[in-house]
Amino acid sequence: MQVPLSWYLIVAAALFCIGLYGVLSRRNAIAILMGVELMLNAVNVNLLAFWRHGEVARGTLAGQVFAIIVITVAAAEAAVGLALVIAVYRARRTVDVEEVDRMKL
Amino acid sequence: MTEFFFNLTWLIPLFPLAAFALIVLWTNRNRLLSTWVAWIGIGLAWILGWTLFFLSGREVHSLTPPGGGHPVPLFSIPTGTTLLRLGFQVDTLTGLMLFMVPFVCLMIFIYSKGYMNYGREDVDPRYSRFFAYISLFACGMLGLVVSDNFVTLLIFWEVMGLCSYLLIGFWFDKSYKDPKRITPKQAGLKAFLTTRIGDALMLAGMLLLYSQTGTLTFREIFREETLHTLATSYAWGQVPWATLCAILIFGGAVGKSAQFPLHVWLPDAMEGPTPVSALIHAATMVSAGVYLVARTFPLFVAVEGGTQLAVVAFIGAFTAFLASTIAVAQNDIKRVLAYSTISQLGYMIAALGLGAYVAAVFHLITHAFFKALLFLGSGSVIHGVEHGHHHAPLHPSPSEGEGHGSEGEFDANDMMNMGGLLRRMPTTGWTFIIGALALTGIFPWAGFWSKDEILADAWRVFTHGGEFGVSMGWGFFVWLLLTAAALLTAFYTGRQIFLTFAGRPRTEAAAHAPESVPSMTWPLVILAAFATVLGLFGTPWANQFYALIGHQAEVMGREIAHGEFNPTVAGISTLVALSGWLIAWLIYGRKPLLVPVDPLEKALGPLYRWLKNKWYVDELYMALVIRPAIALARACYTFDDKIVIDPIVDAVGRFGRWLSEWLKKAVDNPVVDGAVNGVGQVTAWLGEFMRATQTGQVQNYLLVAAVTVLLLLAMFLIRTWGTWSVWLAFLTG
Repeated sequence: MQVPLSWYLIVAAALFCIGLYGVLSRRNAIAILMGVELMLNAVNVNLLAFWRHGEVARGTLAGQVFAIIVITVAAAEAAVGLALVIAVYRARRTVDVEEVDRMKL
Repeated sequence: MTEFFFNLTWLIPLFPLAAFALIVLWTNRNRLLSTWVAWIGIGLAWILGWTLFFLSGREVHSLTPPGGGHPVPLFSIPTGTTLLRLGFQVDTLTGLMLFMVPFVCLMIFIYSKGYMNYGREDVDPRYSRFFAYISLFACGMLGLVVSDNFVTLLIFWEVMGLCSYLLIGFWFDKSYKDPKRITPKQAGLKAFLTTRIGDALMLAGMLLLYSQTGTLTFREIFREETLHTLATSYAWGQVPWATLCAILIFGGAVGKSAQFPLHVWLPDAMEGPTPVSALIHAATMVSAGVYLVARTFPLFVAVEGGTQLAVVAFIGAFTAFLASTIAVAQNDIKRVLAYSTISQLGYMIAALGLGAYVAAVFHLITHAFFKALLFLGSGSVIHGVEHGHHHAPLHPSPSEGEGHGSEGEFDANDMMNMGGLLRRMPTTGWTFIIGALALTGIFPWAGFWSKDEILADAWRVFTHGGEFGVSMGWGFFVWLLLTAAALLTAFYTGRQIFLTFAGRPRTEAAAHAPESVPSMTWPLVILAAFATVLGLFGTPWANQFYALIGHQAEVMGREIAHGEFNPTVAGISTLVALSGWLIAWLIYGRKPLLVPVDPLEKALGPLYRWLKNKWYVDELYMALVIRPAIALARACYTFDDKIVIDPIVDAVGRFGRWLSEWLKKAVDNPVVDGAVNGVGQVTAWLGEFMRATQTGQVQNYLLVAAVTVLLLLAMFLIRTWGTWSVWLAFLTG
């Protein structure tokens, strides 16, 4: 049997909300990055589900390519984000984002 | 080929001018280069000048009318109805000046290198500037003699006036302990202002000439019909225009050539460096006045027996006598020569006043050479004594302490501080003696021939009457005064020689004076050679000068007489000169002075004081002109400052202050200040308020973004109520 589209969307929405919650509530910068990854993967699930169930892109590779591009971007984003976290850690000896508020006056 | 060279006339003043510009703009930091630039500038002018002199001598007879030889037009100034044509020209008179001026200048330029202490420790700090100034000066003199019109002549005339001022005041920072002694700065001002009186008269004469003839070019003014019109139309009463203009132009010559009553500046001009005294105040600039009269001579003789010639003759003869008497009682070696210069210029002016044109120019040329020689010689002496003063041991001299000057200030110009220098400075000494022989008119030196020609001409006017209606009485008057002056000339020159060179040194400085460097002595030797032989070109039997410039004075159909040898006059003047020397020898030479006290002082008593103080002319001017002028200026100042100007200025100021106070209170404070402050306050309050939202916490910002997205989503769902159930169905379905 075929899994209906709404299941995918519910899983993706749940995943996105978990990720958003993590981003908004965690104080550790690395945990925030992990939340961001979750959100990106939720998007991936959505993309592939719509590709599989939609009419427009059926028979092409568009959905998969899209997902791979998102994964690539997510990897790059993770690399840049971790580099930033390391730089902050070196400068401030902490990765707690609440303490990194020097930009305000 | 000849034409080619004459067309290069304009280059003659340009060479030194270019040297001046080069030194001022580029080379002034390099002393040696500046020296060479000045030397090359004047050297080129000299070569071209002599070329033109020989060429003009070759074609004497084509160079008519007077002032009309080989014009080189430069440019024209439109003056409404006519064109004012400016240009240069060379005729034989100019040619003669080109023989004398650049050569004497060159000698002086060479001499200056040594005099300004090139390459020594005490080199003048303004060394390069000196060469720039004398180059500009040479440009002025050369431009003056090649001008073919009054306008450029006046321009170059004033250039020389400026250079004279700058060079007299060259050591403007010098001051003396004696407050009565004139400083170089004051002397420069005095020269400038005194000559200005003459220049103003000359300008007036020029303008009148222009108003009458409509031209300022010499060859046009000196046309016979123009001269005739000038001589027969009357300015007022019985005074023809020619007479009036001639007298006014002569005023310029009186100023420049330091004739009585404007002679007072020349002796004080000796405050300048000695090469300047030689260059300007003996050889060239002061002869510009004589040259001017010679150049405009046709104007002077346009009216038969007019008063202008009498004025010229009187001023010249009187000046010659006056200056030679003053020279007798001067102790400053340069001042004696300065008065001698005034006196000799008086000879030339007097000769011109008698119509003895050739004799005057002849004397002008010879005098330039031997006076330059004497001045350079005196400079060499002063230089030597100054260096002797520095090298002498510090203990006071055995005879009479240090110097004769005021309170311990050593005066290297004072002849009383010299003596016995012939042994210390042989080249300077012997050349100086040659110059002195030439000056006093001893056979066969230059002065004998030229001075004798003037005296012979005066005598001929007395016995036969003059050419231009000059009365016989003037001839005798001039002859008498000039002969008396010749006696005094020989006396003061002899006095100078014996005081300076004979006997024993009266100070340590004189005893240690060294001979000058070769760049100073060589010009002396060359000039001495000229002073010796130059007269032979103007002997009464073969007068080259007459052949050259005789025709220049031949205007209105009259020839000037050929100066003939007069044994009586020559005998009398030789006798007079020799007796002058004899008296000088009796007083100063037979028993050389040991103490710096002039025996004349006791012998002549009040007369000596009268001469020493220069006939009190300076004091007279001080009382009659300068003090009233200062008093008038002061009165004007008081009137202006206390009564008119100050109250007005104060009132304007007070009104301005009141107005601005009012504006400040009424407009500035409430409106402008209020607006500016208001903007600032609003911004500050707004910033304070908005500050709260900027926490710096990145999660806050993200939360705001998430809530905003949710809100927007909610709005979307509410807006699309009724359709979203379809979507839901599709999703589940």
